[in-house]
Amino acid sequence: MSDSHARILCTITDHPIDMQVLTEFVADPAAGAMATFVGMTRNTNEGRQVVRLEYECYPGMAEKEMGKIAEQVLTRWPVQKIAMMHRLGRVDIGEASVAIAVSSGHRHAAFEACHYAINQLKETVPIWKKELYEGGELWIGSQTGTAGAFQRVQEENRA
Amino acid sequence: MRIRLRYFASLRERLKRSEDTLDVPAGATVATVWEMLTQAHPELAPLERAIAFAVAQEYVDKTHPLQDNDELAFIPPVSGGSYV
Repeated sequence: MSDSHARILCTITDHPIDMQVLTEFVADPAAGAMATFVGMTRNTNEGRQVVRLEYECYPGMAEKEMGKIAEQVLTRWPVQKIAMMHRLGRVDIGEASVAIAVSSGHRHAAFEACHYAINQLKETVPIWKKELYEGGELWIGSQTGTAGAFQRVQEENRA
Repeated sequence: MRIRLRYFASLRERLKRSEDTLDVPAGATVATVWEMLTQAHPELAPLERAIAFAVAQEYVDKTHPLQDNDELAFIPPVSGGSYV
């Protein structure tokens, strides 16, 4: 475990994401590849003109859940290091809210692990996103399935 | 026994507070507390299938038994996904 901790960086921050922190962390002499993902605030969503996003988390649990994903990545792929960072608070259009960097001997593992990490993060890490758009605001969850019911009830209560 | 409740995001805004303490009977489970909460706030009842639960910062299901001083968090859908 002590070895894996030296290979994992999971951070939640109130400040703008500095991608260099992640890429420097995952840099490794044994790595021939590094894959990165950056999630940013888009100016539209489902026909709405987005003004900005605001993020909040469950402090403590959010870091723990991110750490579990990173541990899974190290178990499943021949990856050297992984760094995951999520920003809280106000994130304006074009700014990064989440970033992931993964290094590995060859590119295939880095790409797959990076893809897996962001998908898992969005499913299990207790971080919430409020979209402020022209004319209103909305907590974003899944648009489908059972979680979709949650959003519909919210919208009904708002109407 | 006494437990601490945590509310986040839409739930926090709906309830206009981020936490509560609640006295529950011995043998209470997460489901017991959810029933108490929805009795006090019937408008939350339809959200049941969208809400996840965490005790001591670990996801649990509704049958999870509670202990004195547990922290129970209600987790609305997280930023990108849904719970299965």
